[in-house]
Amino acid sequence: MQLELSPADAEFRGRMRDFFTTKVSPEIRNTVLEGRHLTRDQIVEAQRTLNAEGLAVPHWPVEWGGQEWTDLQRHLWHEEMQRAGVPIPLAFNASMIGPVIAHFGTQEQKERFLPATANLDIWWSQGFSEPDAGSDLASLRTTAVRDGDDWVVNGQKTWTTLGQYGDWIFTLVRTDPEVKKQAGISMLLIDMTTPGVEVRPIELIDGGHEVNEVWFTDVRVPGDLLVGELNGGWTIAKFLLGNERVGVAPVGATKRALAALKANAGPLMDDPLVRARVAELENDLLALELTALRVVAHSSDGAPHPASSVLKLRGTELQQAVSELALDLAGPASLAARAGDDSPQEGWARRSAPTYLNLRKASIYGGSNEIQRQIISRTILGL
Amino acid sequence: MDFTYDDEQQALREAVRGLLATAYADHDARRRTVADDPGFDRALWGRLAEMGVLGLPFSETDGGVRAGPVEIGIVCQELGRVLAPEPYLASVVHAGGLVAAVGTAEQKADLLGRLSAGEIVLAAADTSPGGRWASRADGVRASVSDGSWTLDGVADPVMGGASADHLVVTAALPDGGTGVFVVDAFAASVTGYVAADLTRAASVRFEASAATPLGEPGRDLSPSIATISDLTRILGANQALGVMQSQVRATTDYLTSRKQFGVTLNTFQALTFRAADMYVSLELAHSTVDWATMTIAGGDREVVADAADRVGLQVSRAARHIGEEAIQLHGGIGMTAEYAVGVGTAHLTVLEQWLGNAGHHLTRLAARVTEHEMVDAV
Repeated sequence: MQLELSPADAEFRGRMRDFFTTKVSPEIRNTVLEGRHLTRDQIVEAQRTLNAEGLAVPHWPVEWGGQEWTDLQRHLWHEEMQRAGVPIPLAFNASMIGPVIAHFGTQEQKERFLPATANLDIWWSQGFSEPDAGSDLASLRTTAVRDGDDWVVNGQKTWTTLGQYGDWIFTLVRTDPEVKKQAGISMLLIDMTTPGVEVRPIELIDGGHEVNEVWFTDVRVPGDLLVGELNGGWTIAKFLLGNERVGVAPVGATKRALAALKANAGPLMDDPLVRARVAELENDLLALELTALRVVAHSSDGAPHPASSVLKLRGTELQQAVSELALDLAGPASLAARAGDDSPQEGWARRSAPTYLNLRKASIYGGSNEIQRQIISRTILGL
Repeated sequence: MDFTYDDEQQALREAVRGLLATAYADHDARRRTVADDPGFDRALWGRLAEMGVLGLPFSETDGGVRAGPVEIGIVCQELGRVLAPEPYLASVVHAGGLVAAVGTAEQKADLLGRLSAGEIVLAAADTSPGGRWASRADGVRASVSDGSWTLDGVADPVMGGASADHLVVTAALPDGGTGVFVVDAFAASVTGYVAADLTRAASVRFEASAATPLGEPGRDLSPSIATISDLTRILGANQALGVMQSQVRATTDYLTSRKQFGVTLNTFQALTFRAADMYVSLELAHSTVDWATMTIAGGDREVVADAADRVGLQVSRAARHIGEEAIQLHGGIGMTAEYAVGVGTAHLTVLEQWLGNAGHHLTRLAARVTEHEMVDAV
């Protein structure tokens, strides 16, 4: 038992902090720190800045740009990025399809896609969920039928986050309708400029355009864009969704949001009730951060720590709770959600209601919190 | 940074667990022990002394072993696991801690030597009726005449006080401040009673009771007293963690074995999801307990005081959640004294109200909330 970081880890953290706070565009960082939306170009620029320094995909194999860091170092990298307001490398690229191609892909696929994926030259979208396949993902119905060397894809994906920016989409498709539902799924990579791919925006309760429907009508996909084995898609999906031990909970970003809330609250911080809510949230975030550290620091070789399953569940609850408090502090000023920049209301207060509403998604995506409870009760508690 | 126990610490846990299992193999044994005075197992206390557990916090020159806070925390977790009624936290950690912090070399060698050997039991008297975690018995006043000190007033609750040979009393000094005094139990009027978890506490009345000042007579010892209270809170959180771990385990065992409507209870998602939430509370509390225990080694009073508040709040919340749900998910049997799970909730309740409840810790944290931008774990 040892609380302090080793000198090497402390030096590592200092190096990360230094890079993130001095080498990433201040305009981008301020946009994040103030809770405003980033443009596509800003997200790309930030990731390229990181990638040039070898900091975009440290968890990938070394030959494809990874770093041989410990889990603790990856945790520190992730936390320092959030603290500095540096956008996290695009999850679809860095955390999802990149590791999948590196693990399951052919040499040709690796060479074709991995460098461009790390550098965000290709913007990937995720094509998993469907209208009738949410938490029950294996029920998906989008089909791919072999025709010569190609696959012909028909169906609909939904909740495709930032699909409007997507160059390519990695999809789970049904390639064998005759077998048990998990056994007939494959992963296909699809160029979104292919004829028959249509992206339709979904307007959300916060007024934003963040997610989309993606429709596939007789979309022809070359056979060499199948990832892994035919009908092996479910294994890949489980790898992709269960791959992560670091960064499961948005600790750093939520801490930063709470710190910003305190700074914005002004005289409201004199209200004992507000102080108590802030103090309780700070304490809950500390417990979450400590649990994240316990998970990454307990050993660097073994299987995931069982407590990792609580991180997503609790992390999203706290992310939501901070946004609720910000909304309550904004009060009537929050009504000016879609007022222009000449509004006399402060920006953080105007953004508070859309942010609160938007973050309701956090306990739904990435395996809803009910799915997390199911995982805990079944696999950890044996119920 | 390392959140794992080393081999020696694991061995200590196994040894303590093994010894406790000889006395409290099942809840019936605990029930029998607390049914009669002194409310704990003196033979077990002696074996804990032989194993070096009673002297764990103290230096070798005082008859102890000088182990670290993590080791003491392990002992407290194991005591909590079986709801052991032995007054380890009250006598060794709190009262012994006060002697170690403020006593002279002779006082420490005498009192801590005998405490470590299991020859005496100490109890800390630091609360008067109406007191709320101020770490001083406001109702007890010290007087000095011709170099002889006496105490007057009432201390209550005094945890473990009913069977203590000596009381370690925090009392108001004549010229202001708070001193620490040792009083022989026979020099005070000690009325024992049974606390809500069936362990023993006492009401102690001092009437011109002869008292020996610990350390330099007449000196205000408030900072040291507060620090020892904070250490006791952190180690009490370790004890509560042990209780909660047992409760979560007992609840999951029960859900997989108890049948209603012809099926085991884990068939019902309304119940398994609540068990999952108990596990979440447990793991968050566990992380905070480990962290708070590790802050002690740094030796910074303010850091330890902050950690005591933070772990106090986290564990109080978890104890309410887990303790209440453990009973509810068990149903009627959770209400019975013959079943450990509900008695565990009683024990958590006593620990919380003895050491400081969530409201107390939250009030203190809220008072400091604008003094920092954010709270960092490392």
